[in-house]
Amino acid sequence: MGAFKVFKSLVVDSLDTITKGSKTYHLWMGFLTLVMLIGMYCYSIQLEEGLSATGMSDRVSWGLYISNFTFLVGVAAAAVMLVMPTYVLKDIDFKQAVLIGEGLAVAALVMCLAFVVADMGGPSVLWHMIPGIGVFNFPNSMLTWDVIVLNGYLFINISIPFYILFKHYQNKEAKKSVYVPGAIISVFWAVGIHLVTAFLYQGLQARPFWNNALLGPRFLASAFAAGPSLIILVLAVIRSFTAFKIEDKTIKKIAMIVTVAAQINLIMLVSELFKEFYAPTHHSESAYYLFFGLHGKDALLPWIWTAIPLNVLATVILTFNKFRNNLKVLYVCCFMLFVAIWIEKGFGLIVPGFIPGPYGKIVEYLPTGVEIGVTIGIWAMGAFVFTILAKTAIGIELGELRYKDKKA
Amino acid sequence: MSDNKKWYSLDLGLNNKKESSGSCGCGKSEGSCSSTPKEQVEEELSPEEFYEAAINASIGEERHRDGFEQVFDVKMDRRSAFKKLTASLLIGAGAVTTSCSVTTGSDTKEKAQIDWEEQFKGNYKLMTDEEKQGTINRLMRSYELRTDKKINMTAENAAEDVLFGYAFNISKCQGYMNCVSACVEENNQDRNSEMQYIRIHEMKDGEGFKFDKADDNYYHEVPAEGHFYMGTQCFHCDNPPCVEVCPVQATWKEEDGLVVIDYDWCVGCRYCMAACPYDGRRFNWSKPEVPEPEVNKNQHYLGNRMRKKGVMEKCTFCVQRTRKGKNPACVEACPTGARIFGNLLDPDSTIRWVLENKKVFRLKEDLGTEPKFWYFMD
Repeated sequence: MGAFKVFKSLVVDSLDTITKGSKTYHLWMGFLTLVMLIGMYCYSIQLEEGLSATGMSDRVSWGLYISNFTFLVGVAAAAVMLVMPTYVLKDIDFKQAVLIGEGLAVAALVMCLAFVVADMGGPSVLWHMIPGIGVFNFPNSMLTWDVIVLNGYLFINISIPFYILFKHYQNKEAKKSVYVPGAIISVFWAVGIHLVTAFLYQGLQARPFWNNALLGPRFLASAFAAGPSLIILVLAVIRSFTAFKIEDKTIKKIAMIVTVAAQINLIMLVSELFKEFYAPTHHSESAYYLFFGLHGKDALLPWIWTAIPLNVLATVILTFNKFRNNLKVLYVCCFMLFVAIWIEKGFGLIVPGFIPGPYGKIVEYLPTGVEIGVTIGIWAMGAFVFTILAKTAIGIELGELRYKDKKA
Repeated sequence: MSDNKKWYSLDLGLNNKKESSGSCGCGKSEGSCSSTPKEQVEEELSPEEFYEAAINASIGEERHRDGFEQVFDVKMDRRSAFKKLTASLLIGAGAVTTSCSVTTGSDTKEKAQIDWEEQFKGNYKLMTDEEKQGTINRLMRSYELRTDKKINMTAENAAEDVLFGYAFNISKCQGYMNCVSACVEENNQDRNSEMQYIRIHEMKDGEGFKFDKADDNYYHEVPAEGHFYMGTQCFHCDNPPCVEVCPVQATWKEEDGLVVIDYDWCVGCRYCMAACPYDGRRFNWSKPEVPEPEVNKNQHYLGNRMRKKGVMEKCTFCVQRTRKGKNPACVEACPTGARIFGNLLDPDSTIRWVLENKKVFRLKEDLGTEPKFWYFMD
């Protein structure tokens, strides 16, 4: 009963916190709400007309939604790169970053689920996917695995920070024996969500571009570069807008993670390119289409040739200590890396998997306005969720939000 | 109904009601036999009576008293208070449903009832035969209510000792595409998007199978000089990758080898489409439309019944025909006799003769999907 009372008070207090703030904060939230509303309007058009409102077709049957989904699973998984050193290796530097990282993971997972729902042809019968009520094709379908791991990870990432914040809210220390096992599970789970998502594509013998043993590991490497990059950028924003203390040391340590992951990612990219282009077979056609265009069709060229130089440049710059330790350069590099990997894991991975089709037909894909509207709306929703979570968490950590016992 | 169902179905008492009305044979005729009081309130009142009843239920005898008495002189125990509250809630709900529909005839109600049951029914693959009959009855009735036309839908299961196979004679096909149009008509495919299950690839003689150089969308006179033709469609693999990946088991292989889809169970994730190496699956990107006079009214639940937007569909070897012992529409329509269909388990069938006496091959055999579709030459 006592816990319930505290919970109620926490909800009230956090509602109070998230509705109050500076003018910039209100403008930011208002802007996000507007974008979300536009996204909802676009989605209503899609519901009305069916998926024909998108640029997808029988030939390219997954597009922007699944691209973003794939990328965001990586961002969500990246929280592990902060959780592991803090809870398992007992590195104190990261304590401040972890709550932010996990908040980011929650926001990314919410966006993932939203993207999957947006991509469904029949959202009204999605209950068929709920185990127990519907019929689950487990363990055969990788998609059912994905449903399980994504929701499980969401649960872990909500419950651990919630427990810690709930204790801090009452001015108590969180018990290590409660949250450390959860943190250790989340480390394995994070690898799991991204590997399973990679297997979703990797297991299709019909698509040679994806049917490639390096896909899973490369997913992980790129995720551990893009996710922490985003975390660095977010921490930079939080540092300049709130009283929350994040030391340079923390950011520099995360930058180290980004650098190593980006380097490994680059090595794997070279390995993939070597395999596709040194001795090309007809299985290399998708890669050929992606990098050079095929039979005069070259819609993806501008994308991939933006991504590759950004990726290489950012990785090279980060490799040098002098540049990496300069925060301004670091932020720019992180942004470059984030954009590069978003393109590579999104457009550069999903779309060419369908081109050329099973019988060599090349049909190009271009997202429609409705599709882009929904996508931006979902990103705004993610940012909204994250802002709410971060504001509450920072409030509690700074001691502004505290449980006041009425009797005391 | 069987108790060992493998899925959960929502039971809000609607099924019981249907059974009771069905047993006395008054499914549609209003008030011809006694039913539950709740039903009477909802179904048999004229607007005036309804208004009266609504007022009675909400304020009851209070309407004959003045304001002071209404407020201060209320004798009501908890029981009757709850009773009145429930009654007014029921009437409120009834009012909402009636006011939301344009006509409040029994047809509308029946349609709503059907839609409700269809929305929450189980996976066809796991249904008992009675449940299969139940759903096709509902679908036939629903079509009748919507269009005033009758259709005939079956839920015929696979016959024993039947395994369907298909063979395609490359040297006979001249690319006339009669098979394609017969297929579209037979299977009620969407006319707007010009969905076609069959593709005919026009390839150059002497170059072998160069699918990337083939033309599968030609508009010239056939047969074109120096070209040969080959058709592809769903190959009904023995080891179908599309079935493996479906997250909700909305697609599966039947006993007679047909790979089918439960259109109502499909959630539209299109994973099966990504997994198919033969481009055998189609998706309804928008609401499929077939002009009413062109609708083929001999339907099978797993075959050519009307689809909705956002679901997958595919060739079923014309399950509505082949399970009745006929050939698929494409085989029947082919003017050159390039298409051969039959029971692989019947040693006297033509398909068996082709497989035993011709040099046959299959596409992408290295993938291990074991298509039940062979190509051969004379």
